[in-house]
Amino acid sequence: MLELKEISINYSDRNIISNVSLQIEKGEIVSIIGPNGTGKSTILKAISKRIPIASGAIMFNDIALADISVKDMSKLMCTVSQSNTSPHDMTVGELVGYGRLPFKKWYERMSKDDESIIEWALEQTHMLKYRNRLVSRLSGGETQRAWIAMALAQQPQLLLLDEPTTYLDIAHQLEVLELVRRMNEELGITIVMVLHDLNHAVQYSDKLCVINGGVVQAYGPPAQVMTRQLIREVYGVDADIDYVEEKPRIHILKKVM
Amino acid sequence: MVEGSSRKKAAVISSIGILLILFTLIAIGIGSVTVNPIVTLQTLLGYGDDTSSVILWDIRIPRVLLALIVGANLAISGVLMQAVVQNPLADPGVTGVSSGAAVAALFIMLVIPQGSGYIPFAAIVGGIVAAAMVYVMAWQRSTGFQPVRIVLSGVAVNAIFGGIIGLLSLLYSDRLPAAIQWMNGSLAGKQMNDVLLIVPYSVIGWVIALLSIRQMNILRLGEQTAHNLGLNMNRLRMLLSLLSVCLAAISVSMVGLVGFVGLVVPHISRMLIGSDYRFSLPLSILLGAAILLIADMIGRSLFGAIQIPAGIVMAMIGGPYFLYLMRKGGA
Repeated sequence: MLELKEISINYSDRNIISNVSLQIEKGEIVSIIGPNGTGKSTILKAISKRIPIASGAIMFNDIALADISVKDMSKLMCTVSQSNTSPHDMTVGELVGYGRLPFKKWYERMSKDDESIIEWALEQTHMLKYRNRLVSRLSGGETQRAWIAMALAQQPQLLLLDEPTTYLDIAHQLEVLELVRRMNEELGITIVMVLHDLNHAVQYSDKLCVINGGVVQAYGPPAQVMTRQLIREVYGVDADIDYVEEKPRIHILKKVM
Repeated sequence: MVEGSSRKKAAVISSIGILLILFTLIAIGIGSVTVNPIVTLQTLLGYGDDTSSVILWDIRIPRVLLALIVGANLAISGVLMQAVVQNPLADPGVTGVSSGAAVAALFIMLVIPQGSGYIPFAAIVGGIVAAAMVYVMAWQRSTGFQPVRIVLSGVAVNAIFGGIIGLLSLLYSDRLPAAIQWMNGSLAGKQMNDVLLIVPYSVIGWVIALLSIRQMNILRLGEQTAHNLGLNMNRLRMLLSLLSVCLAAISVSMVGLVGFVGLVVPHISRMLIGSDYRFSLPLSILLGAAILLIADMIGRSLFGAIQIPAGIVMAMIGGPYFLYLMRKGGA
């Protein structure tokens, strides 16, 4: 569904990403992991066309992103990041309603269909009962669910999540990741996310993409990718790995001096 | 979208609208000859006697109309600028757009007075130059527009253009008296021709602003979400900024420097009715018209024979309000 062909990205003169190639199939959950400042989020931004790529190509369903307008892209994909801004007096229902705007001409108002999609999105994220609450009054986990509900209202084929769990406590982190998995399984939405927690990445992804120094260090199913040696090379830490139901479980031990 | 609260907001807007009409009738009557609002209404409807007709139609009504239109323009200009930079401290006065427009207008008034027909056009160019300077200085790729940087660049831009205004005033001091009233933001001595000159530009600006409400609402959700929803951010920012500069510059070219309307009005409007532009933009238009009308009314009635320009009244009310906003940490 999504193919990155040897893309390179520069910020002013500095090269951030060089020759990254990735193939992401429909219905997969792919997590991008790697140390800080290695260009993980940059890749998401390139996929959503927020920043230009210096060379290479990104193909979405075999169409080059360069040929898709920003307006049309808003019907195909959506990004939710770690912290999103909303005005202090906006309700959850209003916020989710904005997810319908890509499908509206500038003069069109919400139709019955839009209302039912908004309702459905709220229901999927268990936010129906918060519909008339202010987004600014929600807890971190609820806020994240509200934004994901808005993304669902866009009915995207691809959902990009940039560190969606960063500011949440452990319970809310899992809650958000469970929601992501359910959307993937039940609604068939392809997911590409940037995560920090290796165990979360292993637990909730079909494939891991390890980015280090702007290049792909490893790409594949978690059990293949996650090795002691890789963790040592990429993060410079020693770790033990044991396997629960064939999935690796990582125990970080100490920093390699 | 809570139904009841939408209706309540519409009610607030209508009541302010009704108050504005009342104020307008009163304002038309105030001056060296006082006309009571009922006579004013009769005259407006064509049933007045000759004396009051002459006073009202030739002097009072143009002045009041100009106050309403310019007030609305400056308020919308502030709303647009704040929507673009997502920051409540932006306004054509603070950012220096008004001074930029004023320098260009003053240059033509003093240096090439025969070209006075080009004053509105020159003011727009001056405003664009000032806006470009502020945007370039205040914009950072990583953080966007930071409040502090906008205010600081505004200070710098205002200082530069203030200097040029001072220089022009010294070099052409012989021609200055004609421009003094204008520099202080005065609505005195305006005629129906002036009103008719500014109406078409203003109305076009209002219509475009009202048509942009949905986009402005999306801007409230931050750059990433706006991009998610398919907005072309750069194009939208350019369009709204240009509109904001044009509305401010045209107003400046007509009545001179009137500060703080674009700053105070959107803030009061948000306090009364919230941040949804479907409500806050129409309310800002009404409040902007009302506030300049009142400032002008105070200015021409406070000290009897001595008329104080509306710009000075606005500065004396708006300045302290701005300090209060800063103290509160923005809205």
